[in-house]
Amino acid sequence: MDRKRNKISLNGWQFVAIPSALILLFSFYPMVQSLLLSFQSGKGSVYHYVGIDNYIRLLSDPIFKQAVFNTVLYLVVQVPIMLLIGLVIAQLLNNPKLRFKGFYRTAIFLPCVTSLVSYAVLFKSIFAVDGILNKMLVSIHLIAEPVAWLMDPTWARVVIIAAITWRWTGYNMIFYLSAMQNIDPSIYEAASMDGASKFRQFFGITIPMLKPIILFTAIISTNGTLQLFDEVVNITKGGPGNATMTISQYIYNLSFVYTPNFGYAATVSYAIVIMVAVLALFQLKIGGEKR
Amino acid sequence: MKKITPIMVHTFLILASIISLFPFLWMLMGMTNTSSDILKGKFGFGSMLMDNIHKLQGMTHLGAAFYNSTIIAVVGTIITLFLSSMAGYGFEIYHSKAKSRLFGLLMLSMMMPFAAVMIPLFRMFSNMGLLNTPTAVVLPSITTAFMIFFFLQNTKSFPRELLQAGRVDGLNEWRLFTLIYVPTMKPTYAAAAIITFMNYWNSFLWPLIALQTQDKKTLPLVVSSLASSYNPDYGIIMVAIVVTTLPSVVIFFLLQKQFVQGMLGSVK
Repeated sequence: MDRKRNKISLNGWQFVAIPSALILLFSFYPMVQSLLLSFQSGKGSVYHYVGIDNYIRLLSDPIFKQAVFNTVLYLVVQVPIMLLIGLVIAQLLNNPKLRFKGFYRTAIFLPCVTSLVSYAVLFKSIFAVDGILNKMLVSIHLIAEPVAWLMDPTWARVVIIAAITWRWTGYNMIFYLSAMQNIDPSIYEAASMDGASKFRQFFGITIPMLKPIILFTAIISTNGTLQLFDEVVNITKGGPGNATMTISQYIYNLSFVYTPNFGYAATVSYAIVIMVAVLALFQLKIGGEKR
Repeated sequence: MKKITPIMVHTFLILASIISLFPFLWMLMGMTNTSSDILKGKFGFGSMLMDNIHKLQGMTHLGAAFYNSTIIAVVGTIITLFLSSMAGYGFEIYHSKAKSRLFGLLMLSMMMPFAAVMIPLFRMFSNMGLLNTPTAVVLPSITTAFMIFFFLQNTKSFPRELLQAGRVDGLNEWRLFTLIYVPTMKPTYAAAAIITFMNYWNSFLWPLIALQTQDKKTLPLVVSSLASSYNPDYGIIMVAIVVTTLPSVVIFFLLQKQFVQGMLGSVK
C-alpha cells in the first residue's frame, strides 16, 4: 500500500514541476536578484557593491519620504472608505424584497471591467478645470467657481482616492454579497423583533459575521494600494510636484525615466516588500485573534 | 432619522448606480465630440465620431495595438490555464508532504510586489534578447500562484472516483488529466479564463517596460501615450478607450455568472 502511494505521489511531480519552476524563475529568482541589486550602485551594465549606502540614502531621500507618505495616505483613507461603502451597498442589496436589485448590482459592479489606464484617463477628463464635474457642481451651487482638481496637491489626492474607490467598490461588494448568502435570514428577523435598528443589525450582525471575508478584502486592497501605479501615472503623472507620486511610480522613474539607477531603485522596491510583509502579518494577527 | 425607508435606500442606490455608470456614458459621448468640447464639459452626443476615428487611424496603429493585445491575451490565457490547472491538479490529487511545502512556498509569490521584481525581470529579458516581444509580456505571469490556488480549491470538489475508474480502464496519469479532469472542470476553466484574459488585456506596468516600439504596443499603452502627449486630443482618446473597454464589457454581459465566479473563486 505504501509503495503504491509513493508511486502515485511521484507521478504528481510531472504535473507540478514545470509550473513551479516557472514561478521560481520569474518571481523568486528576481526577488533575490533585486535584493542583491539593492546593495549595488552603477550605471549601464557596470555595477559594484556599495554596502548599505543605498539604504542610508533612502532614509534622507525627500522624494522617497513623499512617496511613502502618499502611498500610506491612500491606504489609510481609501481602503476603509471603500470597504465600508461596499459593505453598506451589499447589505442593502441583500434584502430579498428589494426591487431592481439585479440592475443596481450590475451597475455598481460594472466599473470592475474597465482597464485601469482607460478609467484613469476618463477621470482625468471628467476632472478637467473647465470639465463636466466642475460644470455640474457650479450649476447646483455646491461650489462657487471651478476647482483646479489636478493642480492642487490636496484635491489631486482626493481625485486619486475617488477614482480608486469608483473602480473597486463593486469588486468588494461582490465578495460581501456572496458571503451574506451564508448568513441565516432568521438572525435578522429575530434582531428586528427584539427592536434592533438597521444600524445595530449592520454593526452587530453583518460585520462580525463577515469578519473573515472583510479581512480577506482588506489584505487584497492593501496589497493593491501599496503597488498603486496605473492610476497615478495616467491621472496626475505623480504631480503636482510629487504630491500624488506612489512608491511604485518612484521605482519606475528611478529605473526608466531619470538617469537609470537600478541599484537604488531596487533598494526602494524593498521598502514596499517590507511594508507588504509587515502589514500582512499585522492584519492576519488582528483577524486571527478572536476566531 | 431612526428609520431607513425604502425611498432612502433607492435614492442611495440610484445615486451609486449613476456614479458607477456615468464614466461609461461619458466615454460614449466623448467619442462623438471634439477634444475641446470634452474638456469644456459638453454633456451630450456630437457628430464627430467618424472624424475622430479617421484622426485616430492617422495617428496610431490602433489595429496593430488591438492585434497585439489580442494575441497576448489569448495565447497567454491558454498557456496560463494549461500550466496552472496542471499544477493545481497535481498539488491536490497527488498530495504529499514535499509538495505541500513547495505549494506553501509558491503562495508567497502572491505577496511579492511587482515593483520589486520588475528591474531584474527587465534585465533578464534584455539579456535573453526578448525585450519588445509578446513573449516577454506573457512569460512573467505564465503561471501564477493565484491561478494554481484557484484550481487547487476547485479540484477539492472534483469526484476522484472518476480517476479510479479511468485507472481501471488502463489510462495513464497524463490521460487521466487530459481526458477526464479537463472536460469535467469546464466551468472552472471558464471562470479562470475570464480572469486571466482580463489581467493580460488590462495590464500596463510590465508591457510599458517590456515593449518599446510603437508597432508592438498594446491598447492600454496606446491610450496612455495618447493621453500623456503634450496636447492630448480627447476625442480620439475616447475612441481608443471604447475599443479597449468594449471586449471586457461584452465578455462580462455574455458570461456574467462565470465572470463573478472567477472573481470569487479563490475564497470558496
